[in-house]
Amino acid sequence: MSELPLRAQLASVLGRSAASLSRATGRGDGSVIGGRVALKVEPDLLAKLAQGRRLALVSATNGKTTTTRLIAQALREFGDVATNEYGANMPTGHITALSDNKSAVNGVLEVDEKYLPQVLLATNPSFVVLMNLSRDQMDRASEINLLAKKWRTALSQSNAHVIANADDPLVAWAGLGAPNATWVSAGQRWKEDSWCCPECGGHLKRETDPYWECPECGLARPRATWAVDNATDTLVAPDGQQLKLRMNLPGDANRANAAIAAATAAGYGIHPERTLERLREVTSVAGRYTSVVTMGVEVRLLLAKNPAGWLESFAVLDPPRVPVILAVNAQIPDGKDTSWLWDVDYTVLRDRRVFVMGERRTDLALRLETDGVPFETADRVDEVLGRLKADHPDITKVDVIANYTAFQQIRTAYGRVQ
Amino acid sequence: MSNTSSALRIVWIYPDLLSTYGDQGNVLILKRRAELRGIPTELVHVHSSDPVPEQGDIYLLGGGEDRPQILAADRLRADGGLARAAARGACVFAVCAGYQIIGESYGDDESNPLPGIGIIDIRSGRGQTRAVGEIVADVDPALGVGRITGFENHQGRTAIGPQARALSTTVKGIGNDDHTEGAYQGQVLGTYLHGPALPRNPQLADLLLRWRVGQLNPLPPSWGERLHDERLAAALR
Repeated sequence: MSELPLRAQLASVLGRSAASLSRATGRGDGSVIGGRVALKVEPDLLAKLAQGRRLALVSATNGKTTTTRLIAQALREFGDVATNEYGANMPTGHITALSDNKSAVNGVLEVDEKYLPQVLLATNPSFVVLMNLSRDQMDRASEINLLAKKWRTALSQSNAHVIANADDPLVAWAGLGAPNATWVSAGQRWKEDSWCCPECGGHLKRETDPYWECPECGLARPRATWAVDNATDTLVAPDGQQLKLRMNLPGDANRANAAIAAATAAGYGIHPERTLERLREVTSVAGRYTSVVTMGVEVRLLLAKNPAGWLESFAVLDPPRVPVILAVNAQIPDGKDTSWLWDVDYTVLRDRRVFVMGERRTDLALRLETDGVPFETADRVDEVLGRLKADHPDITKVDVIANYTAFQQIRTAYGRVQ
Repeated sequence: MSNTSSALRIVWIYPDLLSTYGDQGNVLILKRRAELRGIPTELVHVHSSDPVPEQGDIYLLGGGEDRPQILAADRLRADGGLARAAARGACVFAVCAGYQIIGESYGDDESNPLPGIGIIDIRSGRGQTRAVGEIVADVDPALGVGRITGFENHQGRTAIGPQARALSTTVKGIGNDDHTEGAYQGQVLGTYLHGPALPRNPQLADLLLRWRVGQLNPLPPSWGERLHDERLAAALR
C-alpha cells in the first residue's frame, strides 16, 4: 500500500503504543483503545489506512466474526491479511487492524451493522459481504428494517461489489441497491423477521424455501450463482461444480458462512476448492465452538446472542443423551432486555437433561416451564459436571449455549480458550 | 375458525408484523394458565394477509417497528374485524406498537398523526426521548392486579381520553407520560410493557382470563411469580 502522510503515521504509531500498553497492563486486547487514540490525532485515518488495499467488509447480525475469520484464512493464500480478528468491529477496531498490518494489500474487516454505511464510505472496499439480519439486542440496536434501508442507500452510492445471502429478504433487498452483486443461496433458518416485504410491506410468499417473493410489488429473491445444500454438505459453485464442504465448525450456519467466504475468496481469484481446504483448518473462532476438557468431560462452548443464534445452536446440539447448559445474562453487551427468550422454541430440548445458569436464569426457567421442558438450575459449569458425574460417572460430553457475557464468563473460567 | 364453543379462543393478530419482543410469550402464558385450570383453549394465528375472525375471546397485539406498525394499523382498519370484535365486547390485550394503534390516533416516525383502530379512547404521539428500561407500575386498584413490572422500549407518549382509564400509576420508568402507564376501557387493555408482559405478571394474565370466564381457581406459585418478584426487586434496587 502507499506511504501514509506524516500525521497519519504519527496517529498510527501513537495508537499502536496505546494498544500495547492496554495489552501489557492486561486491560484488554488493545483493539479499541489504540484506534481511539489514533483517531484523535488524524480523523481521516481510516480512509488513509484503507487506501490502496483490497478490502472486504463483513456485516450481519450473526456470524460476522466467524465469516471474517474464514475469509482471512482463505486470503492468507496470498500472504498477510489485515483483519480485526478479535471482533472489535467499530472504526476504532478497524484502524487498529489496518495499523497493525500496514504492508498487507488484502484486508477483511468485520463491521458492526450500524457502522457499515460510515465504514463503507471511509474505506471504499472492493467487496461488501452480507449474510443475515434479524432481531438482536433491541434495547440499544437499530431497528433492522431501518438498518437494511441505510445499507441499501449506502451501497447504492458505492462501487463495492456485494456478496450476499439471497435467501434473507432484508439482506437481499439491501444488496440489490448495489451496482454489482454475487448472490449466494446460504439459507435462512430464522424467518420471523422477514415475513413482510422490505420494499412495500406485503406478506411475503415463501412456500418453497429458499425462494421468496412479494405478491404485492413483485420484489423477489435474486438468482443465486452459489448455493449450499445442507442435506449433502455440498457447495455448488457458479460453474455447477459440487464441492464437499466438510467444515470443522458445526452446523448449517457455518456451512452458510463458508459458502459466503468461498464466494468472496473467488472474487479475489482463489479457486473454491482451494478455499475450502483452507477453511477446514479453522476449528474454533475466539472461543466459539471450542471444547475444553474438564473433570474428564468435554464441554463444548456455543455462543448465541439472539433468537436466530439460539435456533442455530439447538440444531448443532449433539444427540439427546448429551446434556445442555443454557446460560443467559442481561448486561449491556447482551442487551438489558431478555424478551427475546420468548421468541425461541425450546420444545426440541424436551428429550435431554437441561441446566439453566446465568444472571437471568429465572427468565429461562419460566420460559422452559412454559414449553414443558424439565430443567435444573445451577451456578457454575463445574457444579453441573459434578451433579452429572454423580448420576452418570461415564458422562463424556456437555454442550453449553450462552449469550455474550455469560459466554465470556465461562470462557474466562477456562483460561480464555481460543 | 372452528367454533368449539366451550374453548377459550385466543387470537394472535399479525405475528408477521407485530411480534418484535417475545410477544409470543403472552400467547403461551394465557394458554398455559387457562389450561392449568382445566379451561380448554383454541389458538388462532392471523397473518396480515388474512381476515380477522370476529368470534374470538382474547385478541393479542404485539410490538413492532415503525413501518410494520403503520402497515398493521392500515390493514386492521381496512379489515374491520378487530373493531367489530371489540364492539361485541371481546377482550383485547395490546402492547407497545399494538397499544398505540388500537387508540384513536398515533404518530409516525416524523410525528405526523395517523388514524388508529379506535377501540380505546387514547391518542399517542412521539416524545422527545426514547423510554428504554425496566418499568414498575401500580395497577388501578379496581382491577385487583397489584404491582406490575416489565421492560419498555418506545418513543411514544400517550394521552388518555375521558372514555378510558389509566391502567396504572408509574413507580419507575416512563409509560404513557411519566405518570401513568397503559390504559383500559371495558375489556380493551393496552400497555407499554412490551413483549412478555403476561409471563412477567401472572396476575395480569389472570385478569384477562377472569374477564372471559369469571372466577378462577388459584394456581400454586411457580416460576412466573418468582420472576415477577425478582424483577420487581431488581428494578427498585
